[in-house]
Amino acid sequence: MGGWAIAVHGGAGVDPNLPKERQEEAKRLLTRCLDIGISALRSNLPAIDVVELVVRELETDPLFNSGRGSALTEKGTVEMEASIMDGPKRRCGAVSGLTTVKNPVSLARLVMDKTPHSYLAFAGAEEFARTQGVELVDNGYFITEDNVGMLKLAKEANSILFDYRVPTLGTCCIGVGAALESPIQMNGLPISVYAPETVGCVVVDKEGRCAAATSTGGLMNKMNGRIGDSPLIGSGTYACELVGVSCTGEGEAIIRSTLAREVAAVMEYKGLNLQEAVDNVIKYRLDEGKAGVIAVSKNGEVACGFNTTGMFRGCATEDGFREVGVW
Amino acid sequence: MRWAIAVHGGAGVPPSLPPEKRLPREAGLRHCLDVGIAALQARNHPLDVVELVVRELENHPYFNAGRGSVLTSRGTIEMEASIMDGKTMKCGAVSGLSTVVNPVSLARLVMEKTPHIYLAFDGAEAFAREQGVETVEMSHFITPGNIERLKQAQEAGRVQIDHTQPDDAVADGDGRIGTVGCVAVDNEGNLAAATSTGGMVNKMVGRIGDTPVIGAGTYANHLCAVSATGIGEAIIRGTVARDVAALMEFKGISLEEVAAYVMDRVPPDTTGLIAVSSTGEVAMPFNTPGMFRACATEDGYSEIAIWDSPSK
Repeated sequence: MGGWAIAVHGGAGVDPNLPKERQEEAKRLLTRCLDIGISALRSNLPAIDVVELVVRELETDPLFNSGRGSALTEKGTVEMEASIMDGPKRRCGAVSGLTTVKNPVSLARLVMDKTPHSYLAFAGAEEFARTQGVELVDNGYFITEDNVGMLKLAKEANSILFDYRVPTLGTCCIGVGAALESPIQMNGLPISVYAPETVGCVVVDKEGRCAAATSTGGLMNKMNGRIGDSPLIGSGTYACELVGVSCTGEGEAIIRSTLAREVAAVMEYKGLNLQEAVDNVIKYRLDEGKAGVIAVSKNGEVACGFNTTGMFRGCATEDGFREVGVW
Repeated sequence: MRWAIAVHGGAGVPPSLPPEKRLPREAGLRHCLDVGIAALQARNHPLDVVELVVRELENHPYFNAGRGSVLTSRGTIEMEASIMDGKTMKCGAVSGLSTVVNPVSLARLVMEKTPHIYLAFDGAEAFAREQGVETVEMSHFITPGNIERLKQAQEAGRVQIDHTQPDDAVADGDGRIGTVGCVAVDNEGNLAAATSTGGMVNKMVGRIGDTPVIGAGTYANHLCAVSATGIGEAIIRGTVARDVAALMEFKGISLEEVAAYVMDRVPPDTTGLIAVSSTGEVAMPFNTPGMFRACATEDGYSEIAIWDSPSK
């Protein structure tokens, strides 16, 4: 009891046929992020700084769906969103519709720290970014070849995709036809053509302070202007005195169930412990929805839960527990 | 089960509000309440009822939604709204609208006509055009009162949450004009909530408040429907609308008690809300000096009030 704890995720919903090397790549990234977080915790950085640091790392790496490597809108552009919350006073910051900001989670932090507001979006958020002197790049920086290919397939399938990784062997791509035979579905699409890969991090530091942050490019082929659960406090992200939570999966399901807030609510009002709370919300709050949750408590516990096939995740506690997993 | 409806026109009303500011708003509340009552009596679904009532409030220039919205720091209009159906828990939200006459209706279209829940700014405006909803020049929404409010706020170096400070010697004394909202339950226990606003006076361009954030400004499930108003940042942090519903579920106490409990947990002078439950209870608590509100229930009770005692 007590001590620091950290969890990171790279999205809930993984294609069971995802090639081994892709899984290993993901695990390496999660491990690296975990190490960055652990090192920061050991240097006594407060939870709020640690979650920002770790999510920045996830945004910068093109592997998952945030920052560089974000899913593309229907127009082939990138619109990113993120939120961050500091447990002790429940201060929060969120951004949506970013197109040039290299690290959305850091801009969300600046909204929290430097404005009287909690949430800035689109042109107003970009303008704020300029006044703050954060690193800006061309929208093209965020776009990867992989995702350009995915968008094309998504349009062919004429469906919304969270994000997906079509298994590629050399230069050969599995077409939509084969993909559509896959039995597992999320958001109406076969799992082989979909994987949300929103990223997030939750941390409790040695002082028992919890924090959470989530970042994403959103749904592949989404309408321009579409906002998902990731920047919505209470849905994709939540932190209070008791707990820090970050969610990923089907945005609609997460919003309707205000999933992140739910974890804290069942702890507060039903007296469940962290793991019970995570299991409870996954089991009872999602109806047909598919999602995953990572959470830490002020007592130094960490918990993950998901009703999807797999969730890219990693967690560690001060007493030496450590796990990086996909299934 | 009996139907019930509640309407609000914003939390935070200075006691010094002069009659010429108070009367049109009371009349507006009365009118919107009547529209809602008639719709419920005609057996319309609560989702239709709340949309209808909020449209009326948006069209009314004295409330901070649709026409009459407060202005951003640039003197522009950025409106937002959300709507939620308690039974299906489907929801829709919009932000950053500057030409759409009825934001709440666009939020409903997002809910019903897209695979998404929330559209904002250019994307939302483009969707509005695709849907052929009524759009007008932004100037349509701007009222002289709001130009004045912005001027005062900028002179005072202040960002106002539809309000002035209670003792502020603001010339017209009506700084507090608020977000609007409506919650309703029919006699089958179906619930719905909707909220709409222009936001905060002198807000940063691009600022989003609690109104379009499901769980903060608006929420509905099978137990209750809630619409909140006040300082958006406090309502977001407090996940106010969701907390009312969560407490009803977890504590099994009355709506009135739940509402009081939630109000205890937000900072003073920040929040007001209206809520109805599946059994026809109504609650309209607020911790600001006043809240423009009205409600009615099937057994004939009705109330229009601003401060603590009903004024009819």
